[in-house]
Amino acid sequence: MTILGWIFMLGSWGLIITLCSVCFYKVLTTRKDNIHAPLDIDTED
Amino acid sequence: MKRERWGTRIGIILAVAGSAVGLGNFLRFPGQACQNGGGAFMIPYFISFLLLGIPLCWIEWTLGRYGGQYSHGSLPGIFDAVTKKKWGKYVGVLGLFVPLVIFFYYTYLESWCLGYSIFSLLGKYSHISDPKEMGGFLSAFQGLTKNSHFNTVGIAYGCFILTFVVNMIVIYKGLAKGIEFICKIAVPILIAGGIFLMIRILTLGTPDPTKVDLNVTNALGFMWNPDFAMLKEPKVWLAAAGQIFFTLSVGLGAIMTYASYLRKNDDIALSSTTAAGMNELFEVVIGGSIVIPAAYLFLGPELTMLTAQKGVFDLGFITMPIVLNKIPFGDIFGFYWFFLLFLAGITSSISLMQPIISFLEDEFGWNRHKSALALGIVCFVVSHACIFGLGAGVLDEFDFWGGTLAITICAFIEVMIFVIYVGPKKGWELLHRGADIKIPNIFRYLFYITPFYLGAILLYWSVFNWVPWIVKPFGIDMSIAWIKKYPWINITQIVCEKNPLILYTRGGLLILIILLLAMIFTAWKLKKNKGGEK
Repeated sequence: MTILGWIFMLGSWGLIITLCSVCFYKVLTTRKDNIHAPLDIDTED
Repeated sequence: MKRERWGTRIGIILAVAGSAVGLGNFLRFPGQACQNGGGAFMIPYFISFLLLGIPLCWIEWTLGRYGGQYSHGSLPGIFDAVTKKKWGKYVGVLGLFVPLVIFFYYTYLESWCLGYSIFSLLGKYSHISDPKEMGGFLSAFQGLTKNSHFNTVGIAYGCFILTFVVNMIVIYKGLAKGIEFICKIAVPILIAGGIFLMIRILTLGTPDPTKVDLNVTNALGFMWNPDFAMLKEPKVWLAAAGQIFFTLSVGLGAIMTYASYLRKNDDIALSSTTAAGMNELFEVVIGGSIVIPAAYLFLGPELTMLTAQKGVFDLGFITMPIVLNKIPFGDIFGFYWFFLLFLAGITSSISLMQPIISFLEDEFGWNRHKSALALGIVCFVVSHACIFGLGAGVLDEFDFWGGTLAITICAFIEVMIFVIYVGPKKGWELLHRGADIKIPNIFRYLFYITPFYLGAILLYWSVFNWVPWIVKPFGIDMSIAWIKKYPWINITQIVCEKNPLILYTRGGLLILIILLLAMIFTAWKLKKNKGGEK
């Protein structure tokens, strides 16, 4: 594994984990009840 | 009947996880990455995630919620409502075609997971440690060869029937509680199992001391060392874009369908961004650290790429059993791993069917049961082409035309309609209506970049693939010279002239599009005759 490979891997992981952490924090702290995941949306049928 | 919400915040995150995790993360992604040169694939993959995946998630949720206000839940209806043009509904045909084509083979792949979970429990492959023999096990299971493990495709077919019936029961009945159970119980166990396997593989060191090159560091290097020379190949860019669309379920209408049922002020910004981020967590961090390094360690780089070339989904079924055989209680872990993948696959099947069910419900007035039954019959019949034409490459053809090319074209159409008929400025405002997160303003420029990037990929690929084919009848034979000079031009890598089943498959897919277009025409004509649209 080259230095560039390590940078690329750790940078990518860091980006993804940061994105998820921010989103989880927002989901867990927001007071409103209007966040949805596709599978929990009522398709009315 | 109004469906109950899942209550807690953790419940919402698990629902997002259940929606995000699927066979694309643990089976398709490793196959695509290895098929396209490991490290060479990851650069276009990440560029596609940032410039295509995230903006398209936002666009689909926004367009879906917008279209839902006009009582449309599928692409033909949503595009008709957004564009207010006669052709709008027809370009939405890909929002029916893509999920349908993917469903044709998706249930068969799920059935492999079911089969392997049963084999693991019975210890049927527990004695196999040689990758070539494990490859033989898979080939015989798929009915491609005969050996001491399997004589016919019968077991695989039985697993398919069982899987198909389970899928259809869930889709037919719309089992909300069952889906909730999968998301709340099975998905967390799958994630925990994934993290365990990831740690196990990354601590394997050098499994075979006689092959010192096949160690974990080199295995990670195979996936992550950037290969800039490969970036000139259009097929790698198209494959990366296709994988992003497949894994985030964008470009196939499913997200748009679900979003169409949201209220006007429900959040979509945080919901869509969380779904995209979580999917990448499963795919790159966990999924990418399991199958690809394991394949490299036990097969070596050449055989890994060769196996992925033979069948993009095969890699996970050859390497994972070997890895699982090397840990204590491997049979039990094997059962859990493949069975949980099977359950995760079911949640994805439901998402794949929803756009077409919504189309039949909204535009033809059918109920869920009638829609699911009609679809079930069609899918059951066509899926047989994947089962019995697997050796001829039918499954990979479906995956290429549906899961890579049509999905990319569909995504391009979605972006263009969004940019032209909604506009980036209004789109950004719609995205933030009722939002629980403020996305930094700089990201709004993605709405301007995405159409050009996606258009460039399609143009680049088309020029190198279609131009030689189009000019051939005029006596200009560019293809032979070009292919000799640039062998990567032949993107599907299948010589269809020598393989009639591939030609029939392509013809069949063309007929399917025509039939779907006819259904759209009929639906609108019927509505017009009844005295106007909904």
